[in-house]
Order: sequence, then C-alpha cells, then structure tokens
Amino acid sequence: MNAPLKKAHAEPPLLDIQGVSKAFGGVQALADITFALSTGSVTGLIGPNGAGKTTLFNLISGIFAPDNGRIRFDGTSIKKIKPHKLVEKGIARTFQNVELFESMTVLENVLVGQHTRTRCGMWGSILHLPGVMAEERKAREVAMELLDFVGLSDHAATQSGDLPFGWQRLLEIARALAARPKLLLLDEPAAGLNIVETLQLGDLISKIKSKGITVLLVEHDMSLTMEISDWIVVLDQGKKIAEGTPRTVQTDETVIAAYLGTGSKKEKEGEPLKAED
Amino acid sequence: MISHTTRNRIAYAIFLLTIVISGYFLENLYYLQVLTFIGINTLLALALNMLMGYAGQISLGHAAFYGIGAYGTAILTVHCGFSPWLALPAAVAAAMLVAYVVGIPTLKLSGYYLGMGTLGFGMIVNILFREWSSVTGGASGFIGIPTLELGPVSFASGRNYFYLVWGCVLVGFIACQRIIDSRIGRALRAIHDGENAAAAVGVDTQKLKLQIFVLSAAISALAGFLYAHLVYFISPGTFSFIASIRMVTMVVIGGMASIWGALLGASLLTLLPEWLHAFSEFEMVVYGLILMVVMIFLPRGLTRGLLDIYERTVKKSTR
Amino acid sequence: MQEILQYLFSGITNGAIYAVIAIGFSMLYSSTELINFAHGEFVMLGALCMVTFFGAFHLPLISAIVLSVVCIAVCGLVFERLAIRTVRHPEPIVLIIITVGASIFLRGIGMIIWGKDAHTIASFSSHPPLDIAGAKLLSQSVWIIAILLATIVGLQLFYKKTLTGKAMEANAISKRAAWIVGIPSRLMVMLAFGLSTAMGGLAGVIIAPITMSSYDMGTMLGLKGFCAAMLGGLGSLWGALLGGFLLGILESFGVGFVSSGLKDATAFLLLLFILYVKPGGIISTASVKRF
Repeated sequence: MNAPLKKAHAEPPLLDIQGVSKAFGGVQALADITFALSTGSVTGLIGPNGAGKTTLFNLISGIFAPDNGRIRFDGTSIKKIKPHKLVEKGIARTFQNVELFESMTVLENVLVGQHTRTRCGMWGSILHLPGVMAEERKAREVAMELLDFVGLSDHAATQSGDLPFGWQRLLEIARALAARPKLLLLDEPAAGLNIVETLQLGDLISKIKSKGITVLLVEHDMSLTMEISDWIVVLDQGKKIAEGTPRTVQTDETVIAAYLGTGSKKEKEGEPLKAED
Repeated sequence: MISHTTRNRIAYAIFLLTIVISGYFLENLYYLQVLTFIGINTLLALALNMLMGYAGQISLGHAAFYGIGAYGTAILTVHCGFSPWLALPAAVAAAMLVAYVVGIPTLKLSGYYLGMGTLGFGMIVNILFREWSSVTGGASGFIGIPTLELGPVSFASGRNYFYLVWGCVLVGFIACQRIIDSRIGRALRAIHDGENAAAAVGVDTQKLKLQIFVLSAAISALAGFLYAHLVYFISPGTFSFIASIRMVTMVVIGGMASIWGALLGASLLTLLPEWLHAFSEFEMVVYGLILMVVMIFLPRGLTRGLLDIYERTVKKSTR
Repeated sequence: MQEILQYLFSGITNGAIYAVIAIGFSMLYSSTELINFAHGEFVMLGALCMVTFFGAFHLPLISAIVLSVVCIAVCGLVFERLAIRTVRHPEPIVLIIITVGASIFLRGIGMIIWGKDAHTIASFSSHPPLDIAGAKLLSQSVWIIAILLATIVGLQLFYKKTLTGKAMEANAISKRAAWIVGIPSRLMVMLAFGLSTAMGGLAGVIIAPITMSSYDMGTMLGLKGFCAAMLGGLGSLWGALLGGFLLGILESFGVGFVSSGLKDATAFLLLLFILYVKPGGIISTASVKRF
C-alpha cells in the first residue's frame, strides 16, 4: 500500500475522524477509520457497495453513535449530540434516495431548511410579533436566493413532489444549504441523474466549495468524483484502504484490487476507475 | 392572483360575518343549540387535526383532554367554589400538564404503538372519571355545573353562548392558521412528510411533537370547559373511547391537514344524528363505515379527496 | 392462603383467555406487521355467536364451538378482502383508522343483531366446582385451560408439521424469500387473517359462560389481549402465553388486594409501562434495525 500523502494543515481540520468503528449485530460495518477534512475542501468518499460509506455518513450526522473512536467537528466532539443539534452546529446532509417534504412547495422546503437559523416559536407565530414578520420576510428572501443559486427560482411555488427527479436533487441541496452549514454531506448526489445533470451537479458543487463550504460526498460516478474532489478516501469492507489526491488514489494497487477483485493485474496508469453499479 | 394571506383574510372576514348574522337572525333556540354544539365539536376537530393532520401523529385517546377540561371546571367550580373564569385557565393548564407528562414517553412511539399508547391513556382517564366517584360523581355523572356569567352578561341564553363558542372557534382558527403558516407549522408538516428528513434539517422533532400535543390538549380542554357550562351535567360516557373515535372521524371526514375541514367534519358529525331519526341504533355502524370507506378510497380525507378527483377530471377534460 | 389461591385461579382463567386473544394479535403481526384494532370485536362476535348457537339453538357443544369459530374466521376473511386488501396506501395511520372503523362497525352490527342487553349461557359441562385447598376451581376454567393447551398443541403441529404452516412461517420471516421459492404471499396473508380472527372467535367462545356477553365487551378484551401480546413480546407464541397469564394474574391480585375499580386500569398501566420501557416485550423478537 502506498503511503498516503500527508497534507500540511495550517489550521485544525473541520472534521476529524479518529479510529471509528461500528458494528451491527455481528457485522462489522466500519473498523478503525481515521481521516480528516480540511476546511474548504471537497472530499470524495468512495468504495464498492457495502464498504460502509452510508454508515459513516450516519455516524457523522449523528444518527448512530460509533462503538469506538471519536469524531470531532470544528474542534468539539460530536458524541451524544442529536442530529438536529448537529445541523445547528453546521453539519447538513442530503439523502441517497432524495427525501423531500413532498406535500410542501419548493420554496417551503427551503424555508424548513432554515429552521435552525430562525427563531420564531409557537407564541410568536400566533401573536404575529413584529420581529416574527421581519424574520419571515428575510427567510423568504434567503430561500429565493438559494433557489436562484441552484437554478430553481422559477419553480418556487411548485409542489416539491411534482419536480422531475434531477431537480429534486438540486432542491435537496438547496434545502441543506439553507441551514448555512460549514460541512455539507452529499450521499450519492449523482445517482439517478443523466449526463447533463451530472455535469451541472459538478458545477454546483464547485460553486458550493467556492462559498467556503466543506463538502464530503459519497459517489459512485467516478469521473465526477475524481474531477471535483481535492482528496479521496477509499473504503472497502469497512476499512480505509487508501486516501490521497485523485491522481494517487487512481493508481493505487490496493484500490484497484478492491474494485476489480484481488489478483487482477494493475490497470494502465492514469486510467480512470469505473465502479461497478 | 390573490395571495395566500389575502385569501385567508377574506375567508375569516366572511366567517366572522356569517357568525354574527346567523347569531343575530336565528330565533329558534333548538337551532342555536345545535350550532353551538357544532362549534364545540369544531374546536375538538381543530385540536386533533393539528396533531393528526399536520404533525401526522395519531391519537385515539383525545377525549381524555376534552374530559379533563370538563371535569376540571366542574370540580373547581362546584367543589372548590372557583369562579368559572378562574377554573378555565386552571382546567386548561391541567390538561396541558397531563399532555406534557404523558406526551414525553408516548410521542417517542410511532405507528401502531402510538395508537395503542394513546388509546390506553384515554381508557385510563375514562376509568378514573368513572371510578373516582367521590370527586367525579362516578358513572352517574356530575350535576350542578354553574352558568357562565360575565358581569351583567349571562351566558345562559342560547344566543350569548352561541357567540361565546363561535368566538372561541374563530380565535382558534386564526391562531392555528398562523401557526401552520409559520416556521413552526412548516416544521410540523416536515415531520409528517418524513421524520428523519425533518431531523436532518435541524427540526427537534420530539420537542415539536410534544408542543403540538400540549397545544392540542389545551384546545380540547377549552372545548370541554365550554361543553360543561353549556349542559350543566357531564358523565364519563361523553369522554369515552367512542368520543375519541368520533373526533378522529371528524378529522378524517373533514380532511387531514385542513383548518376548514375541521368545520366541515364537525358539522357533518353533529348534524347526521340530528337528521337521521333512528340514528342512535346505527350511529356506530355509520361511523365505522365512514371511517373505513373514506380511508380506503380517499386517504387524504373527504374534502381533499373530492378536490383531487375534481382536479383530475378538470385536467382530463381540458386536455 | 385460600384467598390467594382463589385469586390465582381466577387470574389463570382470565389469563388463558387473554393468551388466546394475544395469540391472534401475534399471529397476524408476524405475518403482516399489521395490528388489527378490531381484533377484540371478533372476540365479542365469537361470544355472541356462542350465545346463539349454544344458548338459544341448543346445538351440541362441539358443533356450537366449531360453528362459531368458523363463522368468525369467515368474517375475518371477508374483512381482509374488503377492507384491508383494497387499501391503496397501507401506511400505519391509514390501517389504524380502518381497523378502528371496522371495530366500531362490528360493534354496531353486534348491537343491532343481539341488542344492548348482556347475555349469559351455561357452562360447557355441569360439573360442580373442584375444591382445591379450600379454593374453588370452576369446571369452565378447566375447559378454558384445556382448550388453550389443545390450541397450542394444534398450532405447533400446524406450524412445524404441515407444509402450509411452514410456508406461513417462512412468509413471516421473509416475504421476499418466500415469494422467490413460490409461496403465494397473498394467500398466506389471508390465511393469517383467518387464523387470527378464528383465535379471537375462540376466545369469545370460551369466555361466554363466565361473563356477561354484550356488544360492547370487545374493545376492552381486545386491548387486554394486545397488552398481553406486547407484554410477552409481539410476534411470539410463547410470549403471548406468558403475557396472557402474567396480565391475568396481576389483574386478579390487583382486584383482590387493591381495588376492584383497578381491574381495567391494570392492563392499561401495564401496557403503557411496557410501551415506554421495553417495547420489544419480555421475550424480545425485535432485532437491531439497520438503515
């Protein structure tokens, strides 16, 4: 195994994962995973099916707690912090099978996304206190800006369930951005998208990065991942088998073996990997 | 195009006007009484709709809160000599407290377990009403609940009580509408559509479900208060399992997640027994059939379901 | 001592009935993951059918029992066909409301057919009560326990020895896998419904001689049966037995030593307790879910 390239971190990493393990029943989903995300980077998390990528996502977003190891976000441990609190701290996510609020309009979905950034409570809304109305107006402006950012501003009043699938993905990203995250977790954002939509998604992720938001994505589309990621982490059967820049990872023998099955010959250098499925 | 808010304002203005006019012109005490009952049932349907229609959490024991409101004011005014106007906040607060304490463990449940949990809770409260006879009067009921009076105004007459109840309904409607259109309401609907996704955008689902449960209990208790001072006599049967089911039926008929649906559902379920003479025998059969048929064919409720069908046919014919 | 034994006997008798009802809940749940809120009403119908066949028509005991149970099973199948299979969005909240609706509907039907009065019938046999250490054990109690035991043996034989039983069990474990090997899952669901409601009917049949049977008895019995099923662990036959007896005995002692008003509250307090503390029940069948 090639020694992973060490990046020089000027500042402490935004997300620091140290020796994290998680088992379900007798199945070891993740074993001793260690890596870090530096602020403002785009990191791709890749690996064959069943490698433990989604489990890792669920650990980072607080749905499960790790059995061992620790996860630090922005300098503090996320242990025992509930998912909704983590959103407030700055971790937002999307889901593998888009989970929008389908009975609500596109605009309303983004408004719900701002839940942690707005304050109005039960009494405020009943009494229509002046601050509440101002906050609501502001929230709508922000929501429209975000819809503009992902290119859906013309469809603000559409029921979110009626959007074509590719747009639903964009809306889900806008909703996650509405929480003003420091770290955005994207779970297979390109799944189910066609080639054009995937290209647009790549542009969008680059735009998100240029806003200073750190991105961690799980993705099967190798050309997309390799193109937009600054750093790649490879998992296989619950273990980290490599990390590095896209270039180094693509030529890593362990990685190639994991994707093509052990014993296979090393692929021609530089040729992009294709993930099965 | 008229905006959502303007349309709502117009609707509430028309609603207010209708209340005032019908109260002014109606002379027949029987009709006033029926309309007053519709008002009380509308409050109940509204309360449960906030929980079931918007937040998507079923309760099969909501009559318990209705009962706590009614028995609360009965006990406080008759046994403790409170003024009804003092008993009202006390009874509502009691219902809210019970909802809070019961809600913490219960709302962690979902689906069938939540249904059974709330059902069990409703049964226990009903058993309490029936068995704690030294305080509640037991199975034979509680008599002698005083008339409401406010200075020179007596609420004994049909008309004044009518205005009181429908005034409460109007305030309840506006308050709930405002909640629904706010940040809190959006979060509620988010929980309904997907609890995981709601948590993933930062909604504290447990806290919010509890809040809406407590609010719903408060409105139900208000309805109970109004009921007790309207009829002067209450008994456990009014707050039994069947009463909880009647509330669910009102919500289902009127349409889940629809403020005006509460009015429709409550009206239909109050009027049906009045219209069908020998209805009492068939009351349960009819409720049961309504619940089953509506849920099988129009799971979004009668109003929503019929609107959907209408929209579909209109779309087809314009194509 | 004599008093304790007497409470124990009545607890065991009631417990056996709760167990039969609980088996019905568990059976349906393990096959369909559905909880039938109308289950208790099938108990009521079973008891009232028995009142008619055994009490009014004076049919021989065995034929009255079989006829009642078959009638209820048929009702269950009709219910499944008309109200459950037709549902377009089988989400829990929809199914809860439908089965609750069915429960109210059946109650109303019961009232229309049998009236509002309570009915009683004679015990299955007219032996005098047994005297055990001063406490009396009714002959009907012996019948009830014997029928429960026979039912369990019958079910065990059905599940372990017959192909249909094995297919049902396979279907309960994994619908998909069962479908792949060619088990008709729709038929299995129907069968589960029929068996489950038959259990409810049977509970009604055996309870009829020791209670006042009326149209409104079902809800309470159904809830207690559900409580017993939850107590033992929903989806498990032995759990249903354990839960049934536990509930019956606790309830009986609660009535004896605390207050008779407590009788019905015991079950619900236990139910809430188990829902809050250990929703898997004593014999937990739930495994860790991964998503």
